[in-house]
Amino acid sequence: MNRFAELLDRLVLTPSRNGKLTLLTDYFRAVEDPDRGLALAAITGNLDIAAVKPAMLRTLVAERMDPVLFGYSYDYVGDLAETVSLVWPAPSERQDRVPPTLAGVVRQLQAASRSDGPKVLARLLDEADVSARFAIIKLVTGGLRIGVSARLAKQALADLGKVDVAEIEELWHGLTPPYADLFAWLEGRAAKPEKSARALFRPVMLANAVGDGDLEKLDPADYAAEWKWDGIRVQAVREGGVHRLYSRTGDDVSGAFPDLAEAMDFSGAIDGELLVGTPSATGSFSDLQQRLNRKTVSPKMLRDYPAFMRCYDLLQIEDEDLRGLPFHERRQRLEAFVKTLDPTRFDLSPLVAFGGWPELETVRAAPPHPIIEGVMLKRWDSPYLAGRPKGPWFKWKRDPHTVDAVLMYAQRGHGKRSSFYSDYTFGVWSGAEGAEELVPVGKAYFGFTDEELRQIDKYVRDNTIERFGPVRSVRADRNNGLVLEVAFEGLNRSTRHKSGVAMRFPRISRLRWDKPAAEADRIETLRALLDT
Amino acid sequence: MRASDLLHPRPEGLYCPPGDFFIDPVRPVERALITHGHSDHARAGHRSVLATRETLAIMALRYGEGFAETTQAAKPGERVRLNGVEVSFHPAGHVLGSAQIRVEHQATRIVASGDYKRQPDATCAPFEVVPCDVFITEATFGLPVFRHPPDHHEIGLLLKSVAQFPERSHLVGAYALGKAQRVMSLLRQAGYDKPIHIHGALAKISEYYQATGIDLGELLPATVEGGGKADFAGAVVIGPPAAFSDRWARRFPDPVSCFASGWMRIRQRAKQRGVELPLIISDHSDWDELTATIRDTGASEVWVTHGREEALVRWCELEGIAARPLHLVGYEDEGD
Repeated sequence: MNRFAELLDRLVLTPSRNGKLTLLTDYFRAVEDPDRGLALAAITGNLDIAAVKPAMLRTLVAERMDPVLFGYSYDYVGDLAETVSLVWPAPSERQDRVPPTLAGVVRQLQAASRSDGPKVLARLLDEADVSARFAIIKLVTGGLRIGVSARLAKQALADLGKVDVAEIEELWHGLTPPYADLFAWLEGRAAKPEKSARALFRPVMLANAVGDGDLEKLDPADYAAEWKWDGIRVQAVREGGVHRLYSRTGDDVSGAFPDLAEAMDFSGAIDGELLVGTPSATGSFSDLQQRLNRKTVSPKMLRDYPAFMRCYDLLQIEDEDLRGLPFHERRQRLEAFVKTLDPTRFDLSPLVAFGGWPELETVRAAPPHPIIEGVMLKRWDSPYLAGRPKGPWFKWKRDPHTVDAVLMYAQRGHGKRSSFYSDYTFGVWSGAEGAEELVPVGKAYFGFTDEELRQIDKYVRDNTIERFGPVRSVRADRNNGLVLEVAFEGLNRSTRHKSGVAMRFPRISRLRWDKPAAEADRIETLRALLDT
Repeated sequence: MRASDLLHPRPEGLYCPPGDFFIDPVRPVERALITHGHSDHARAGHRSVLATRETLAIMALRYGEGFAETTQAAKPGERVRLNGVEVSFHPAGHVLGSAQIRVEHQATRIVASGDYKRQPDATCAPFEVVPCDVFITEATFGLPVFRHPPDHHEIGLLLKSVAQFPERSHLVGAYALGKAQRVMSLLRQAGYDKPIHIHGALAKISEYYQATGIDLGELLPATVEGGGKADFAGAVVIGPPAAFSDRWARRFPDPVSCFASGWMRIRQRAKQRGVELPLIISDHSDWDELTATIRDTGASEVWVTHGREEALVRWCELEGIAARPLHLVGYEDEGD
């Protein structure tokens, strides 16, 4: 348990992806079965433990300490799980106390009935030290919140076994905690686990961005063009009565989209884009947002924002694997297949006819629907390959939007950037003439060169007006301020931000040392984009 | 005599009217008794200073030899009479030279603890329990949430991380007096025998520690000489916490920022400071040490100063011990 607790403590404070991978891989290498497998299940959200409500934690701690002292403590720390883990009175520090194992903790929690659950939890907390108590409380209250996605955990497993992460994604849904067979294979002690389960995920094929000069080398006749829809890439698989809707990283998202999942009355595997609305009236990205990141969906949500799938590709029909066929054959099969599906939930992603690259460029710049973010190019003869092979598929995105904003706050980075102010909050002007105010519209921490970073860092240090921990407030008014040209992919309405807008993928595209702060853009410019 | 007539707060600091002296005054006074060398307790400009030999030496290092007109070294446990008031200095276990000050007059005995801890520390003499009527305790970590783990456990985390990330350097933020040398000493005790790189602000004090016979091993200045960033791959670098957000830190390759402090017990504190590896190593008592020490002194009354007074006062009330906050001005309750 202590090693798992230590892992959580380090992961939550480690900002870099590589750092997290090292910590995870080292943990999986050092810890034995079944503890490491249970840790993997906890991190990927596959550990089944009856939840304990925060109120129960408060009750348990109230039985053990003065409520006034607990109140002072909770006020100071601000997080219930952390406060309880810290103030929990250790019964008596016995020297022979053996710290519980993760497997032991999980076994006891899973075996506990509803009525003796609190008692079991209290006993476990008695046996654990501070870090382990925190980890136990996190396990029972649900949600570790350590900034590690299931995808990252799978990448760590791939690093451990020196295999491609696609292999693990493909197997994943056929495996169950504590994954002893998976670890045995990764450590070379056993064969690869059989793909025994039904409706497994097939690693998706991804495209490369069109780079400078790429198109000149390509013959337009070799490629099909298709709209690039800005929804969620999904894979709908149904085999032997089992159906699953996967995200592009192999996470099962059926639970969040029961309306679409229930309409899957075929036998096969389809690659496509999940969108909101209906095939005849495709919704906007704001509509789609209503359905994102939800564990449960209300009937109203299902009625107002129905999900459907725009189909790109067909990977399997019945027992026939189509992935080795060329795209034009798969496309023909797909066109026939989609006709057999529920037309309110499935439609075909149309191809875009074009004569040459200049013609396609014109079409790309003015797509027929706001949720289109560019075009896809697919070689007619390309098989369906896992990963991002160079050549067969390209994505050619619409040019980003840009806005001139003023730097308002800068925050220190991490790791290599820990002595640099590298995360920038910027704002645009709002309010009546003569009483303009900057209102923050976004935050960006990439897009600039190392040299530019040094320049901005110096500017921040020379123009600081206030400090809050790692954040500096930078002088920014009508006469002073650094103007940043910010590129972004789109704009969403936001009730969380004062400005009412939230940018998608903002990055710094240019430093406008030449531009006076007063000439930066106004919020109205951004709001106008919301309505397109 | 009433305890509050023997010692009470004045704007300059804690004052003893019959003895006519101050303990750890924050403004220049005629006669000052100093518990330890941290700058908020030990200031320059008093006429005469009574403190341990080590504290006097540390003050001279920080402020120059003329930091006071006259100085007198207090030997541990030795009784000194000041205008009829008896005082003595006893180890507080906080940093090298740190002492509690016993003040006794007409059968009333008060012990002013200064800052103290009970965890063993190879770089200073251990805390000595001095029974008293009134115990003046610090309360930097005076909340039940502060429970410091054993320091060797935290150093173990640091060394593990050094092994896990050999291409990065580990920057350990630690206060220049006491904490930095304790971290060095702990690294040596854990068998780490490579040179430790230090920020210039640590050099003089660390040298003094070593001159008193405390083994800190080989210390090298953390400067780039001819080489480059790669020189610091795998290195442990110790410096004052503020230095790591400074441009000074750019000479290190992809640093792991560590901070050795009792505050690191609270995750949000570590997050806010951008600390990647918190090391819960404190030179102040945690909650359990504070409450155990109050019991150990047998004091019937406790005055609580700098820190979170209210929780410790509440605990004393629950234990049936008279307690009140003692409002002293000018001390950093964020030290450590």
